[in-house]
Amino acid sequence: MVEVPTPKERWSGKIGSVALGATPEEGGTRATKLVVGGEATMPFLYFEGGMPNRPLIAGEVIDLTTDFPEIVRRELGAAIDDPVTWAKRWVEEFHADLICLKLHSTNPEEANRSAEEAAATVKRMLEAVKVPLIVYGSGHEEKDAKVLESVSNLAPKERLLLGHAEESAYKTAAAAAMSNDHAIISFSNLDVNLSKQIIILLTDFGVKKEKIVLDPLAAALGMGLEYSYSVMERIRLSALMGDSMLQVPMICDTTSAWKAKEATEEIPGHDGLEERAVWWEATTGLAAMLSGADILIMRSPGSARIVKRAIDELGGGA
Amino acid sequence: MPTAIEIFKLLPKKNCGKCNFPTCLAFAMQLANSKAKLEDCPYVSEEAKSTLAASAAPPIRLVKLGVGAGVIEMGDETELYRHEKKFFHPTAYAVEIPDSLPEGELEARVRGIMGMRFERVGQVLRFDAIAISNPSKDPGRFAQAAEDVANLTELPLVLKSRDAEATKAAVARLGARRPLIYGADASNLPAMCTIAKGASCPLVVSEPTGLNQLADLVSKARSAGVEDLVLELGPKDLREQLERSTIVRKVSVKKTFRGLGYPILVDAGKGEGGVLKGMLATLKYGSLVVFEDISEAQALPLFVLRQNIFTDPQVPIQVKPGIYPVNGAGEDAPILFTTNFSLTYFTVLADIEKSKVPAWLLVVDTEGLSVMTAFSAGKLTPESVVKGLESSGAKDKSKCGQLVIPGMVSRMSGKLQEATGMKVLVGPKESSGLPKFLKGL
Repeated sequence: MVEVPTPKERWSGKIGSVALGATPEEGGTRATKLVVGGEATMPFLYFEGGMPNRPLIAGEVIDLTTDFPEIVRRELGAAIDDPVTWAKRWVEEFHADLICLKLHSTNPEEANRSAEEAAATVKRMLEAVKVPLIVYGSGHEEKDAKVLESVSNLAPKERLLLGHAEESAYKTAAAAAMSNDHAIISFSNLDVNLSKQIIILLTDFGVKKEKIVLDPLAAALGMGLEYSYSVMERIRLSALMGDSMLQVPMICDTTSAWKAKEATEEIPGHDGLEERAVWWEATTGLAAMLSGADILIMRSPGSARIVKRAIDELGGGA
Repeated sequence: MPTAIEIFKLLPKKNCGKCNFPTCLAFAMQLANSKAKLEDCPYVSEEAKSTLAASAAPPIRLVKLGVGAGVIEMGDETELYRHEKKFFHPTAYAVEIPDSLPEGELEARVRGIMGMRFERVGQVLRFDAIAISNPSKDPGRFAQAAEDVANLTELPLVLKSRDAEATKAAVARLGARRPLIYGADASNLPAMCTIAKGASCPLVVSEPTGLNQLADLVSKARSAGVEDLVLELGPKDLREQLERSTIVRKVSVKKTFRGLGYPILVDAGKGEGGVLKGMLATLKYGSLVVFEDISEAQALPLFVLRQNIFTDPQVPIQVKPGIYPVNGAGEDAPILFTTNFSLTYFTVLADIEKSKVPAWLLVVDTEGLSVMTAFSAGKLTPESVVKGLESSGAKDKSKCGQLVIPGMVSRMSGKLQEATGMKVLVGPKESSGLPKFLKGL
């Protein structure tokens, strides 16, 4: 019989792992602690090396929605008017691994709720659901500094994942994470070197590498997906080849898929907008996962269900 | 390709210079870089010729399906990752038609598949082939259905049957179309090879047990004289599909193992699981996917995924320069300009759409560079914006005289105002600020 050689790569590097959420024994209140990362191979190639942890799905919850896509609004119903109900539906009905809370209400150019109010929402959420939390501000640089600080202080030892630190303003976010043992998302714009740069800044500032999750900016299907797909593959390859500054888990926000016209508008002469839309975000998530994502932030429960199925069939975390 | 030293070992080492290079080693180095031809050496042995010809063959054979304009090229790939160079031949998609369908329904189904067409950024997205399957188990019916389908479409055809008699009957009717015979397995290999060889058709070899067993069948098919082969790896789930496809691609392009150097076919089946298999095949090394069934709503994301992944990473993806109306823009709507780098364009377009404010979007030709890069490289200048305004006839479409400049390049607004005679408004630095900006105009 012909013997086909098994072409195993000998990677010298390995992705570090990051723990999210703390159980009562560790001083937190989460029912489970989750671990991401730890790969010694390109995604799902178990014959080459281990992939000990399953990629996770974080259900998106926004504390105040404006401009929310109609299709997802129908999936979620009245839950989108209350972040706690929304989070509970994600966990109980849609089996999200964790929740990603975006505190959009704090944006000073919009509702401008105070940092304390936002932190109170986080507190309520921690009481209502027992999965680990990712918490983002509104994306407003100055305000986010205050919001993340309040959130960090109000939920010490919960091991949140705080979003995010970018090159122009990383110190306050990093300090908020460090002061209470939270993890931090390091964000950069679709570039291998920039991704590395912000991680260097964070570690020089004192953040431990096992507290960093990298967001390389996932572009959606039809909106530059191939760019982020290749940037992520290159980040992961560099990490496996030994670049220690890139040996961190990756997080991708696939909700950008809902910016695509094909996911929100009818196409004359073609049916099935809802089904197409759900596939739009699922496809974005699938491509992100196959290029190295460890956590996906997802908006549509239908899309999340498809991606979960793909993770199962890929033997996620086997 | 072998290295210069490997080639040198096969040369006569006479250093005669008749190849126009001073030494055999110099000649070997030119050969390794494809800058000389082996025939230029008058003393080269037959053994060296055949050895070098074999190692110079592409690691994955180019296999063609069909004839004429719609011919599908599969294989001839050289990379594991698209950023290393590019993926050359986009994954082709076929949909099955069972031969058990009544004639009227068969026609409707063929038309249905061909009607799933979309236009997107200047490309037509559609299915590439039609497969005829053989649930009737009746050779006559299979051949008839194949002929009926062939009469309805110019698309390349796949004959999906394990029955040699049925396949033979169908190939006899449409052999000139060069259908893909799908195909051979351990139970019918000699008979299928005879048919494929006789009609010069490509042949699929299936073997779910494992890659060693598959390589055995491949070597038997080659001994039987069939070279245009396609592999079906028979994975039981996505994990096995990814592993086996990766191993086949890797041993072929990285290890110069030639026993599996053929394109891969994925039999996706139907439903959600089928779409996932098709998408995985698109991302990871599949050349042809056969769907038992797929909806239009699933087809478009699949098509766009293929369009994205098979974009040449060395060429920035560009949008056609010109002026585009957004949100029903009329004469009194302002003009915003951006570059023709497609990522920039899509982001800006989505943000203008989000604002629901009518506006014109002028796409300036910056050779596919983003705003800041184009500005630094001197491709986004008052002159190039003026050129864009003129060649697109923008001023005939928008008469309000307002031009919105990306906030990042606000420093050229003065010169731009002079050059255009328009009122230049400085927009937000980030595209995400556009909805707010436009609502406040």
